[in-house]
Amino acid sequence: MAVELDVFVGNTIIMSEEVYQLWLDGYTVNDAVKVRMEGGVLDEFDAKADVVLSDTMDQYRTFQMCERLLHSPTKLANQLLFQIPPHRQATLIERYYAFDDVFVREVLGKKLSKGTKKDLDDISAKTGVMLKSCRRQFDNFKRVFKVVEELKGPLVENIRQHFLLSDKLARDYAAIVFFANNRFETGKRKLQYLTFQDLAFCAGQLINNWTVGAVDNMVEDMDVDLDKEFLQELKELKVLITDKDLLDQHKSLVCTALRGKTKAFNEMEANFKNLSRGLVNIATKLTNTKDVRDFFIDLVEKFIEPCRSDHWTAADMKLYLTHYTNSAHILDTFKHQVVWDRYMGVIKSCIFKMYHD
Amino acid sequence: MPGKLKAKIVAGRHLPVMDRASDLTDAFVEVKFGNTTFKTDVYPKSLNPQWNSEWFKFEVDDEDLQDEPLQITVLDHDTYSANDAIGKVYIDIDPLLYSEAASVISGWFPIYDTIHGIRGEINVLVKVELFNDLNRFRQSSCGVKFFCTTSIPKGYRAAIVHGFVEELVVNEDPEYQWIDRIRTPRASNEARQRLIFLMSGELQRKIGLKVLEMGGNAVVGYLQCFDLEGESGLVVRAIGTACTLEKLSSGSGTHTHPNTAPASNACNSPSKDGKEPVFGEDLPSSSGPSTPFRALPTSSSSPPPFSPSKPCSRQSSSSDTDLSLTPKTEMTQSPRLRPGIFLCPSSPILSTDTLSLPGSGTLGYGHYSGLRATTPPPLASTHSDSALLRKSVSFTEDLLLAASGMGSGSMGKDAGPLKTLLRQQTQTALEQREFPFFTLTSFPSGFLLHVGGVVSARSVKLLDRIHNPDEPETRDAWWEEIRQEIKSHAKALGCHAVVGYSESTSICEEVCILSASGTAAILNPRYMREGCLDLGGSDQRFEDPSPSSCGFCHIPYDELNMPFPAQLTYCFHCRRQKVPDVLFTTIDLPSDAAIAGKGCFIQARLCRLKKKGQGEANATAISNQLPFMEYELHTQLMNKLKLRSMNALFGLSIQISVGENMLLGLASATGVYLTALPAPGGIQIAGKTPGDLNTEQHILNIQKRINDTIAKNKEFYEVNPPKLFALDPEVFCGTNVDLTEEVVGSPIPEPRLRSRLFRSHSESSDELSELDLSHGKKDAFVLEVDDTDAVEDIQSLLTDASPPKGFYSCNTETMPGIYNWTSALQMFTSVRVLRLSNANLSNQALNKVFTDLCENLLKSFYFKLRSMIPCCLSHLVFSVAVPEEDLIQVAVTAVAMTFDKDQTQDKPAEKPITKGCSEAEDQLQFSLELCTDSSSINSQSSSKNSGVPESSHLSTRAASVDYGSFADRCSTWLELLRLKAHTIRRGSVKTISSLEHSSPLTDGRSRSLRSSRSFGGSSVSVVKMTPLSFLPGTRIVKYVGIINMFFIRETTSLREEGGVSGFLHSFVAEVFAMVRAHVAALGGNAVVSYSMKDCVLMENPNKNQCQCLINVSGDAVIYIRETDQEVTGSTANIRLSCTSSADGAT
Repeated sequence: MAVELDVFVGNTIIMSEEVYQLWLDGYTVNDAVKVRMEGGVLDEFDAKADVVLSDTMDQYRTFQMCERLLHSPTKLANQLLFQIPPHRQATLIERYYAFDDVFVREVLGKKLSKGTKKDLDDISAKTGVMLKSCRRQFDNFKRVFKVVEELKGPLVENIRQHFLLSDKLARDYAAIVFFANNRFETGKRKLQYLTFQDLAFCAGQLINNWTVGAVDNMVEDMDVDLDKEFLQELKELKVLITDKDLLDQHKSLVCTALRGKTKAFNEMEANFKNLSRGLVNIATKLTNTKDVRDFFIDLVEKFIEPCRSDHWTAADMKLYLTHYTNSAHILDTFKHQVVWDRYMGVIKSCIFKMYHD
Repeated sequence: MPGKLKAKIVAGRHLPVMDRASDLTDAFVEVKFGNTTFKTDVYPKSLNPQWNSEWFKFEVDDEDLQDEPLQITVLDHDTYSANDAIGKVYIDIDPLLYSEAASVISGWFPIYDTIHGIRGEINVLVKVELFNDLNRFRQSSCGVKFFCTTSIPKGYRAAIVHGFVEELVVNEDPEYQWIDRIRTPRASNEARQRLIFLMSGELQRKIGLKVLEMGGNAVVGYLQCFDLEGESGLVVRAIGTACTLEKLSSGSGTHTHPNTAPASNACNSPSKDGKEPVFGEDLPSSSGPSTPFRALPTSSSSPPPFSPSKPCSRQSSSSDTDLSLTPKTEMTQSPRLRPGIFLCPSSPILSTDTLSLPGSGTLGYGHYSGLRATTPPPLASTHSDSALLRKSVSFTEDLLLAASGMGSGSMGKDAGPLKTLLRQQTQTALEQREFPFFTLTSFPSGFLLHVGGVVSARSVKLLDRIHNPDEPETRDAWWEEIRQEIKSHAKALGCHAVVGYSESTSICEEVCILSASGTAAILNPRYMREGCLDLGGSDQRFEDPSPSSCGFCHIPYDELNMPFPAQLTYCFHCRRQKVPDVLFTTIDLPSDAAIAGKGCFIQARLCRLKKKGQGEANATAISNQLPFMEYELHTQLMNKLKLRSMNALFGLSIQISVGENMLLGLASATGVYLTALPAPGGIQIAGKTPGDLNTEQHILNIQKRINDTIAKNKEFYEVNPPKLFALDPEVFCGTNVDLTEEVVGSPIPEPRLRSRLFRSHSESSDELSELDLSHGKKDAFVLEVDDTDAVEDIQSLLTDASPPKGFYSCNTETMPGIYNWTSALQMFTSVRVLRLSNANLSNQALNKVFTDLCENLLKSFYFKLRSMIPCCLSHLVFSVAVPEEDLIQVAVTAVAMTFDKDQTQDKPAEKPITKGCSEAEDQLQFSLELCTDSSSINSQSSSKNSGVPESSHLSTRAASVDYGSFADRCSTWLELLRLKAHTIRRGSVKTISSLEHSSPLTDGRSRSLRSSRSFGGSSVSVVKMTPLSFLPGTRIVKYVGIINMFFIRETTSLREEGGVSGFLHSFVAEVFAMVRAHVAALGGNAVVSYSMKDCVLMENPNKNQCQCLINVSGDAVIYIRETDQEVTGSTANIRLSCTSSADGAT
């Protein structure tokens, strides 16, 4: 008594978000049925396993047919095959392009190439995200990357328009694209404690402040690459550590401001030169692609780790960096205020975000 | 030369990649109509070509305009090899041929390929310039409107209901021609698709001609079917009800006064008096149509009006006794009549003679068919096939018919077209009267007086091996025979008309079961001018003023000479006339019928094994089984009805499908409790062998379960009759007389019936006091548990699960007892095929399998649609087939509609009537009601007017001054709407092209353009689909054309497409998409009365192949939301309504 064929097609697309999520997560039909049954679909409704199976199959087929359209979401709005209410379209797209933070953390900064794709089963095993889902997420990254790479204009906006994503998701994708494009190193053990959201935030900062589009968004240029001119200018900051007077002056200004305001004052005072050297060195080396890749690891090694070992609190960090940045303005021989601000603005917010356990 | 067809190819989008090297396509388009072909330029290297072609002009006959589809082929240009076809679009231009409908077809159509499915879309503009042709010998019938809707379409008034029209055309099936061996599957499929398009165009044209001859201007309840007879050919046949419709909203003030409405079209019609009956004055409640059909002409040249009725009835009554084990089988006569085969052994004599008519090429028989249609069929060919089949009661009549038919037929053939036409003129009039059938299922108030019950006839035929498409007489004769039988059944029930009539076939190899069924009824003679004479007696007899809420239940037949054993009681409503204890009908529940509780979907399923056989032996075996199947189905229905403590069935349809080794029977209906009828007794279980303790205990258990189920059902369906009866005064003041039908069985002589009826009336008024209200256990239905069969029966009775809480289901247009629909709507099609793994199944096991299949389908619908609760599955149409040995296929199309739960809890007392008037929901909306409706809205006095029917009629008159202005407003409004729709469409095109341009290398400016477009703004307009004739919460303002489409899909990579399920899933989705696209291109935003007529699936998984044919139809309409009506006029509001309605569909 085998069911040879069983289809159910509605004039308006019929989908349950629960099943869609199971499909996206890479469950097979049978596993999805199991999950649904355990989830209590049966309790509220007198449904037998075969009913759930048939429903799941129908939806899986629908999703498979939609998948092609989801690859270019703008088509979804003017295709004729499925009648999908606008809010459903939005859900379909948004969920399809959603990703697991654990997964993306693994591929962040890696080249979105076939090589990486081959490693997906390892990643899958490591993160517990099903391989099928890994592939979808990886392909999404790649697809977005490919489309946006050559486009001019603001990165986030481009992604949002081409893939009809929400602002939040578009920003996350921008971060992923940005990381992939600049190949930032994120996989080192020391960086493991950072979540994707930490890094995405930093990427946002970089995109908004250090790319060409950041200065003048009327300029038609790519958002994905850092502003070369700016990186060049960063070299000028070297004076802050090479000029002995300047360094001392800077230190005394900061220390004066900090004195009595924090328990970690002694450590700050003791470490000032080290820390300042670390930050400025990062800045001056950024013209080097290799060093750009190590940007985050440098931040952690040169700044965050020493502070952490001195048991600075987040508040201490904030206080310190604020005064560190502001005091530079008072240095009369220091002429690179604009570049300094542009640099330190990003560094400050990145470190704030990254300074946790 | 009366037509110029113009087509313009604008653009394409989402085309498939045809050139692997460049990942692009060099597309161009061929536009073909008839034998003329135009081509666009090649648009190189693009998946989104902008052809923007000139207007291609075709100058053609209007005949061709009706028959031919516009055929658009998209191809990929290839310099070195043959051009590759991307896909095709067929556009039926019929909707452009009548003035009120669409003026232009414009929009994106999916490009369809029978192998690959939808491959991109193409934007096309089509227009027609039609010159009037006044030639009365013309072969075209442009301007006749077709509606699938089985009630008078909203916004129209039926000035005249002319009656039954039918036609069929036959051709060879390209799939079975020799050439099919050498051409590709694609070419073969396309030939077939095109042929069927042509044939249905031709069929529609011919039906249109008949309608014009009758003086009508529209066909309502148009039902077109395909019979794929395989080797012997392809039959396209259609039936419908010819009407003269008048538009209400767009017309001028003329229609507001029904008594002055000119019978504009009547000049040609059989009724020459030109003066419409003045309904308005003496019968204010009814704006209903008149029916000029004269059922039985007495002139000598026509068939005698059923002369042999007496002998017949004797026959059938004798057979009655044979089968009278039937406890009150009132439903089908066929079981009883079937033994007639043996009583008329003489019929096979005629089988030797076969007439062969000269053929004139496949398509050439158009000229000739006019003759064919009007000529009674030559007898000979009929009998060559039907020798083994039961000859119906109307045997003698057939002879007569045939005699006259043959003579005239041959003459006409020799005489050429002119004579043919002459014959047509004289004969159609007779022909039309021959069958007083109506394909409608709901009627204007007052149209129907009484209902006699379901009449049905089936006949098993052997398809002829030697096929001659120029001789469709065989098929005509077959149907003729069945129709005669139906007519005689109706007559036997004391009825002169058949309503809710439909026909169907089931084919397996060379065996074909033809079925017809309907509901015998008595129509109000007021509406039947001229016909009254033939129908016998004076009108007054019928003028007993039965209350509308129960009048239709009163028996039309003779109480003292009942056609079947039934228990009559006095009507529980008016207590004046007799009603049967149970009523079965094929029509919808009349809107003002008094009911208790809610309705309920009831299904009887039956599966019977049959030996494999061939030829006549096989056909005999099948026809011998049929009566038993019908009997069993009927018993099941009865039991299930009682189990739900209901007493009437509406929308009954019984389908019997034949396969190689089994017969499937499926009866679906909607049960309801009519308060005019006695309450059903319970079901009692009785054991045959008392004394056995075990058995007795068992029986007690079963009895208890049954009683529990009945009680549970009563609660679930809120069947609580006596109270409603007593407390609900409104049910008495329903406006109009309605009809329901009673289940009636066998024939009784007709003349006596008349007088009987009269008498019973007078008697009943005397006996008013005797009314017996103590109905109940005394007529309990006894089931004897004496063998395993009975146990099975009872088991199956109890296995039917009632729907989960919050769900109701029915197979009629509206769910009895639910009136407050909200607008959410989900139409769906579901197909399931079961393979019987075990070859040696018993009948019972098979039954169980089949029952489970149907039950599981319902369960899975409930599950899938659970998010819509509270909701009702309406118009559940099941169709079963046995595509192969050991395969059972069930296809279901239905719509889920939400309703407001709170309101259902109050008594439906006021609601139904109010709703009926204000929502234009019920089919009884004829002119006056509609006018009232609109006028009341117009004059802002809506609520008051619609409350009580009587007052609404008064207000109609009072408000009639406004009509003109309302009509004006309405039409301007319509204009605006159309304009809007147009601009919206245009707008969307623009958006898209801008999108196109803004691909990768966009500059900054286009960025802003793009960003203005959020993903909420879908550029595809929403098209709602429903199998019902209305959309809740909306108002249909225009019918833009009939949709009748046929698609074939084939694959040679079944596995890759996800198996059969994956294949069919995408095909059904594609069919929906193409229907929606065509509707949108016509300017419509919904399809009503949608149905999937055929879904034929042939698979061969071993070869990785599968083929499927789907035929769908419906009416494309423009609707507006009810709530927007008051704010008509401003464009802003229109836009609002457009968008909001689009959202509503979500």
